[in-house]
Amino acid sequence: MKNTPWLALALVTLTAPALADGPSSSANPPATFNGAKVVKLCDNKTTVQVPNDTPKTPAEGKKIADALMAQWESKHPDSKWVAEEVEAHQVVPPEDNTKLVGTGQSSTYGAVSSQDVKVWNTETYKEAVYGSSVFHSGDELGSEIAVSCDMCHPRAANTHPETYPKFQPQLGRVALLRDMINWCIEHPVRGKVLAPDDPKMRALEAYILAQRKGVPLDYGKR
Amino acid sequence: MHDKPTSRIKRPHIKSVETRYFEERDSLFRGLQSLDRRTFMKVSTGAAAAAVAAGVSHHFHSFLPINVASATEGGGARQGFTFAYISDSHLYIKKTNERFIRQLLRAVDDVNAMDPQPDFVLYGGDLAQLGRKEELDLGAQVLKSLKAPVRMMVGEHDWFFDMGHRWNELFGPENYSFNHKGVHFVVLMSVHEKDFWTARGMTPAERMHTVAGLDNAVQSAFEVGAAERTWLKKDLEKVPTSTPIIVFSHSPLYKLYRPWNFWTDDAEDVQAILQRFDHVTVLHGHTHQVLTNRIGNIQFHGMLSTAWPWPYAPQGLPALTVQMNRPNPFDPNDGLGDGSVNVHPEGLVDKVYSLWNRNPTEVKASYLSSDGAQDRPVIATLASY
Repeated sequence: MKNTPWLALALVTLTAPALADGPSSSANPPATFNGAKVVKLCDNKTTVQVPNDTPKTPAEGKKIADALMAQWESKHPDSKWVAEEVEAHQVVPPEDNTKLVGTGQSSTYGAVSSQDVKVWNTETYKEAVYGSSVFHSGDELGSEIAVSCDMCHPRAANTHPETYPKFQPQLGRVALLRDMINWCIEHPVRGKVLAPDDPKMRALEAYILAQRKGVPLDYGKR
Repeated sequence: MHDKPTSRIKRPHIKSVETRYFEERDSLFRGLQSLDRRTFMKVSTGAAAAAVAAGVSHHFHSFLPINVASATEGGGARQGFTFAYISDSHLYIKKTNERFIRQLLRAVDDVNAMDPQPDFVLYGGDLAQLGRKEELDLGAQVLKSLKAPVRMMVGEHDWFFDMGHRWNELFGPENYSFNHKGVHFVVLMSVHEKDFWTARGMTPAERMHTVAGLDNAVQSAFEVGAAERTWLKKDLEKVPTSTPIIVFSHSPLYKLYRPWNFWTDDAEDVQAILQRFDHVTVLHGHTHQVLTNRIGNIQFHGMLSTAWPWPYAPQGLPALTVQMNRPNPFDPNDGLGDGSVNVHPEGLVDKVYSLWNRNPTEVKASYLSSDGAQDRPVIATLASY
């Protein structure tokens, strides 16, 4: 699975105040080089040199953090994949559950917090957005002929996931959405079929269902 | 499939009675593959009646189910004629994808089998998929085997890798006009986009890839643009209003559905330039489907693709469009095809969609002129799967 940039950002901002406070007492103390401190990012690879006489102010700390982050981002051009995928393909966001915040009194973990809602929303959306990136990429789908799902189904149009399961005479059995996805991968896309629990299959289902948000279920409909 | 018997020996132009008999027989069987009985009866009796009316006795026993000659002479100086179209082939290089090449070859065979031959063939744009020189060269090579002369139009897939450089080298200017049998034809480049790539630091390949995604919202809207509109005004300046105008544009010259760029941003401005003429028809590619519209005096027809079909847009479908039901994915090449355009002597057109796996569908000028009251097209609908 892909990395999330905010995780790295959170860790690097922890590093910066530590520097501003003076020599770190962590297990990995910053090394020195030619009279300059070497500050490492939490990936243990990305470093930046800071002159010893750098004033120990929050502003300077921020500069160091930004320099590290800029390096990390240039090494990970894919790190903004969620934002980029959403901008390009306008994936429908999941239900916003903010109205639940503060409810759920007397449950084991207390009331629903805004943090809960944020995690649900972010994680669910990420699954659909990952699905969109697979849906729109012949390479991700393993197509031998550079064909991707969006060529016939822009924004997942005409996929009608709400009509499954239904009997598909051409397959000789009841088809689930994933059976049709696999059929398309095998034939028009000319790729390798995915296992039902393959992360890509799960994501494709998530994306296709996301795009039909609000449409009533109507299984068996032809 | 029934291939035409061919010979490597160079033959004189005149065909023997036998050859013609076998050609007509083959053509009949080819037609039967995609016609149901009712349509066949209708078409073949129509052809027989037309043959009698024209006094062509040797056509009376003809196997040919379709007679393209126009039934009414009109009395004017102009004569009716037919041109064919092939569009949206989206070729990759052969190593990447041979399927799209095979499908374009099928369309070329269809058009070459037309008898009589069309006056010319319009290629409706998106010859290449990623605008590469190799793809365009391959397309140009395939189109060379068409017997009739070819008129080229550019699509966004041909353009945004090198901004038309190779396309222009191969096919000349992207917008031009010509006169044919009293009709003034205009070919537009309607898929200009405002610069979205420089600010994002995109490479030519990234720019092309963005435009190649129909549902990619990073790109700008299609437009003819101010410079080309000025050119169009000037081109039409001296053309009398009674002259029929036929415009080719890759994108539909109206606003249908912005998220898929079924759209031309300055469509109203272009329509305004065309409004003063008595008879105007616009033929467009890009939408890969049976699509019909009329705005004022302008009649619009879409073209089929040879590569893949698009679904209908979820909003904005013109009321005059009689929808084809959605292509059956289990039926390879369903929803694809090519077609022809029969131009009446007075200048309006009947548009024929030659769907590969269904009955051909004709959208008549009278259907559009009467705002849907007459000659409603019979759309070939397959059973839902």
